[in-house]
Amino acid sequence: MNMILSKTIHKELYYKMILCRKFEENAAKMFNLGKIHGTTHLCIGEEATGIGVCSVLAKEDYILQTHRGHNQSIGKNMSIKRMMAEFLGKATGYCKGMGGSMHIADFSVGSLGANGIVGGGIPIATGAAFTQRYTKSDSITVCFFGDGATNEGAFHESLNLASVWKLPVLFVCTNNLYGMSTHISKSMNISDISLRATSYGIKGISLDGNDVLSIYRETVKAKEYVLKNGPMLMVLNTYRWTGHSKSDTQEYRTKKEVDEWKEKCPIKRHGEYLLSHMLFSKEDLELMHIQAEQEIRDAVTFAEDSPEPCIENILDDVYAE
Amino acid sequence: MREITYAQAVREAMSEEMRRNPNIVFFGEDIGVYGGGFGVSLGMLDEFGEDRIIDTPISELAITGCAAGAAMTGLRPIVEIMFSDFITLAMEPLVNQAAKNRFQFGGQASVPMVLRTPGGSGTGGAEQHSQSLEAWVCHVPGLKVVIPSTAYDAKGLLKAAIRDNNPVVFIEQKLLYCTKGVVPEVGDEYLIPLGKADVKRIGKDITIITYGRMVPRCLKVAGQFSKQGIDIEVVDVRTLVPLDKTCLIESAKKTGKVLVVHEACQTGGYGGEIASTVVDSEAFPYLTAPVKRLCGMDVPIPYNRYLEAQIVPTEDKIAEAVMQLQNY
Repeated sequence: MNMILSKTIHKELYYKMILCRKFEENAAKMFNLGKIHGTTHLCIGEEATGIGVCSVLAKEDYILQTHRGHNQSIGKNMSIKRMMAEFLGKATGYCKGMGGSMHIADFSVGSLGANGIVGGGIPIATGAAFTQRYTKSDSITVCFFGDGATNEGAFHESLNLASVWKLPVLFVCTNNLYGMSTHISKSMNISDISLRATSYGIKGISLDGNDVLSIYRETVKAKEYVLKNGPMLMVLNTYRWTGHSKSDTQEYRTKKEVDEWKEKCPIKRHGEYLLSHMLFSKEDLELMHIQAEQEIRDAVTFAEDSPEPCIENILDDVYAE
Repeated sequence: MREITYAQAVREAMSEEMRRNPNIVFFGEDIGVYGGGFGVSLGMLDEFGEDRIIDTPISELAITGCAAGAAMTGLRPIVEIMFSDFITLAMEPLVNQAAKNRFQFGGQASVPMVLRTPGGSGTGGAEQHSQSLEAWVCHVPGLKVVIPSTAYDAKGLLKAAIRDNNPVVFIEQKLLYCTKGVVPEVGDEYLIPLGKADVKRIGKDITIITYGRMVPRCLKVAGQFSKQGIDIEVVDVRTLVPLDKTCLIESAKKTGKVLVVHEACQTGGYGGEIASTVVDSEAFPYLTAPVKRLCGMDVPIPYNRYLEAQIVPTEDKIAEAVMQLQNY
């Protein structure tokens, strides 16, 4: 039988997903207006993954994020204002404008950082989980990465290491079918990535990555499991609606394919569930949208009003004292 | 005072620090019962147990990344990479993660870890087990790089490296492991701060700036020249990053003639950095000859023992370079 989720949890999941969607739609808009330097990696369509998983976690649980990780940040309760400020490279951003959205981190809520290197966070996660076990804490580490990362040596070495040391780490693979432009059918000879768990002697499961409720429930079980048994691989099968980054013209896939996945929108799906189960009314949901839009506007104002970092401080964080 | 080997000094530094701080753990391939590829950690498993002396799979990338992650979450790991050539397999977590995480996360992270690894040729290890790759890691802001040349320095510098709040690459010298040196008794604690060069021999005519296993070799040559009335100063850099520029510049000002010696290949080697530090300084008007470099040849390390010995600075080549400077 399915675990019953409280109204509060439903609200949290729905609100975080729409906040993430609006945050990114706004980020794309700002990018097009030339306000954002560098590039953006949007997770529109994948919101259920990081939000479903992170909403289960306690502050003491660590996460390692990906370059497409705004859903993970929002899931872990990071501040929208400081995220937006970092997007704009401002001194008030999470990384004082040094990292940008690809390196966002908030150690105060357990985010040990997003990574610009595909699979770069996976070995780091084993170390964080090692600390948790060494200090006999009852927290876990969750490591996010994409389908592409599972072809990196870092994935293999780290899952093996975590397995032999029985570390409390949950490896979460967000399979959006493409490593940049390359479909997984061209980069691996299996379609179910969770099969890879077998070769490390650990448990692997594969879930609908657009079903936030199933992700939430399975993460509750997974946290208990990894604390008791060591690592587990959870694959969340989903899709990114937008290109890999801003420069992507998406020649490698059809509009039909994208449209079919848009029909499986995780936010629409959860919204319909909330209405059909009479948990919230249409008006309730609309109010949440209005609140999220206001939160985004406040974040933009905060970020735009924030100062740029100064060159005088450039050496401050190269080395620790 | 007692004499111990360079390898014992490294072991004592780790053991003393591990007794002092329970958050220090030690990862590496075959460091437990086997005692490490060069026997440096022999006996440590007995004292500290499997929870802290941790044999790892042959996964340099994962164990280096694991150490970075453990360091970011409150531990102070030491990682042993069996040969410094194998840092090629650990470069991603070392360069993109450990070195950058403090900066790229706006100062939120500290990564207090030490990556210990033996470097250098002379053991017949051939191309993949003999390199001196220190210039690669010196080129990455966020890392500190140490290469000790004596047992005394190895112990004091390693203790300081373990207490440092940054990732430190600590490159030991295979051929120095068995060399003995005077080290204070256990209990007479000392630390050598990172970033301080050491004048190993005071002289007034020529400065040799060097590090690692070339230090004893240069000292020997300097001793020979003293009989001919040429008084050579030998400066042991000890910490390549941060570099003690003041010490190098002051010595250059005093003697006016500088020879830089290292075992690593010349092209892109750290000797270029040392030489330009001297030239591009207030020492320039004091120089009475061009700053000279004597480095390893730009070739992979050959297996044959005679060739292997000849592609790095030999005593003869050092002497020849000294004479060129003397006669300039």
